[in-house]
Amino acid sequence: MVKRTYEEINAKIRAGEAVVVTAEEVISMAREKGIEETAASVDVVTTGTFGPMCSSGAFLNLGHTKPRMRMSRVFLNGVEAYAGVAAVDVYLGATQLPESDPANTNYPGDFNYGGAHVLEDLLAGKEVLLEAESYGTDCYPRKKLEKMIRLDDIPYALLFNPRNAYQNYNVSVNLSDRTIYTYMGILKPNMGNANYSTAGQLSPLLNDPFYRTIGMGTKIFLGGGVGYVSWFGTQHSPEVLRGENGVPLSPAGTLAVMGDLKQMSPQWLRGISLIGYGVSMMVGIGIPIPILDEEMLRYTAISDEEIITDVVDYSEAAPQGTGETLGKVSYAQLKSGEITLGDRVIPTASLSSYLKAREIAEILKEWIKSGQFLLTKPVFTLPTTGEGINYRKIV
Amino acid sequence: MKQKIVLHFPSIVTEQPFTYHLIKEYNLMVNILKANINPRKEGRMVVEVCGDQEDYQAGMDFLQSRGVKISPLEQEIVWLEDRCTQCGACVIICPVGALVMERPEMKVKFVGEKCIVCEHCIKACPARAMEVLY
Ligand code: SF4
Ligand code: SF4
Repeated sequence: MVKRTYEEINAKIRAGEAVVVTAEEVISMAREKGIEETAASVDVVTTGTFGPMCSSGAFLNLGHTKPRMRMSRVFLNGVEAYAGVAAVDVYLGATQLPESDPANTNYPGDFNYGGAHVLEDLLAGKEVLLEAESYGTDCYPRKKLEKMIRLDDIPYALLFNPRNAYQNYNVSVNLSDRTIYTYMGILKPNMGNANYSTAGQLSPLLNDPFYRTIGMGTKIFLGGGVGYVSWFGTQHSPEVLRGENGVPLSPAGTLAVMGDLKQMSPQWLRGISLIGYGVSMMVGIGIPIPILDEEMLRYTAISDEEIITDVVDYSEAAPQGTGETLGKVSYAQLKSGEITLGDRVIPTASLSSYLKAREIAEILKEWIKSGQFLLTKPVFTLPTTGEGINYRKIV
Repeated sequence: MKQKIVLHFPSIVTEQPFTYHLIKEYNLMVNILKANINPRKEGRMVVEVCGDQEDYQAGMDFLQSRGVKISPLEQEIVWLEDRCTQCGACVIICPVGALVMERPEMKVKFVGEKCIVCEHCIKACPARAMEVLY
């Protein structure tokens, strides 16, 4: 029986002796040598994902001006940041659009720029126009501010994403007879394509289906820098149906994550434009999974064939929230480029990058192998099945 | 020879017939892939031209003598590889397989020769990694 503690793993990492492999590499190792032998040799498995993750954004403290200002409305490159936090504290949401954006009035809208692009511009070192308004108070007399700023000029920038890294997500198709534009991309009529968005076998929460090692304080790769899991994410829903391997068959767990924006990179936090839908952000996340025992190795050895998800019609079932599904497919099928649904063969496309997910898992692996990245034991792990936490819909 | 090219027509010539002459007088096969006239009345046509080397050259000389600008197709649509997030959303959008996913590596590739400049990918690419040059 293999048993390892976080302390033992970290001692090996410090000594440069830890065996670290990616969630992709561990699959073939486990197939060749078996679970037991692989668990005995591997200390850490790294995961990765790089896909559109709406619920993202950053808390910024813009610094006090002279004279002081209690900013009540704040815009960055025309994109409003929520200023109802404190005098110069704001939250810039990734999906926020500039007030001037025509949105879907000229359907389908382009959505060329939004909050996520502002964050990307800041990370790229670009100047951004800060505009602020205030009604003025005795202690904060200033009423107007217009200034070009860079990330370096912002005293404090915290990326805080309330819902990232969805554990499994459904596949979208369109049963109607017109093209529809969704957050799952362009869906051609009569099931012309099927879109999905996950890193599958490399995806963090699919490699630890019951969240045995992931929780508050787990140190992770976030946006190219180091971040932490801060809480379970919004809509975290561990009680969904699961396969025999414990892997959820539909969207389940989510993460709230945070980290110092200033050490992140525009390569791993990218603003994207989803035609007809809006703006979102591609977020790069990688989570190291300690192989505490054989069970953890078995979880991380999961492959795309064993991860199943629902196909959902985004012309009717998804927008109306009927919960109806059209069938189940595996990620191996999705990644082959086509799925079969009844007698129909449907080409597939992804919104999440598998290639970049692999790159993240590799980077994290190198960080750990070089001794610079130690694992943290969570203060508490995410709520799992049987704890009464479930996502409820309002009616 | 067979060549995909882009013809740019200044507004003063957009109403003149050109394809007719290319076919009739220069013995060229002209396959129109895309044609449009912008609000400034400038025309742009993506064509595949097929015929003898000599006829082809003469046909092109004729077009140029009438003020039509000719540019190679590859330069029309560019794939900004460093902006590309390798998501793969474009592969079901491109009608001719100029944007393809190499499996099992899951790497997206742009095959410029196949592109017919339909421009479907421009707005379908979430990362704005496809650009059209005029
Ligand atoms: S849609 Fe754009 S970003 Fe995605 S693979 Fe195609 S070119 Fe790259
Ligand atoms: S312009 Fe059209 S043909 Fe060319 S790559 Fe884009 S979608 Fe494909």
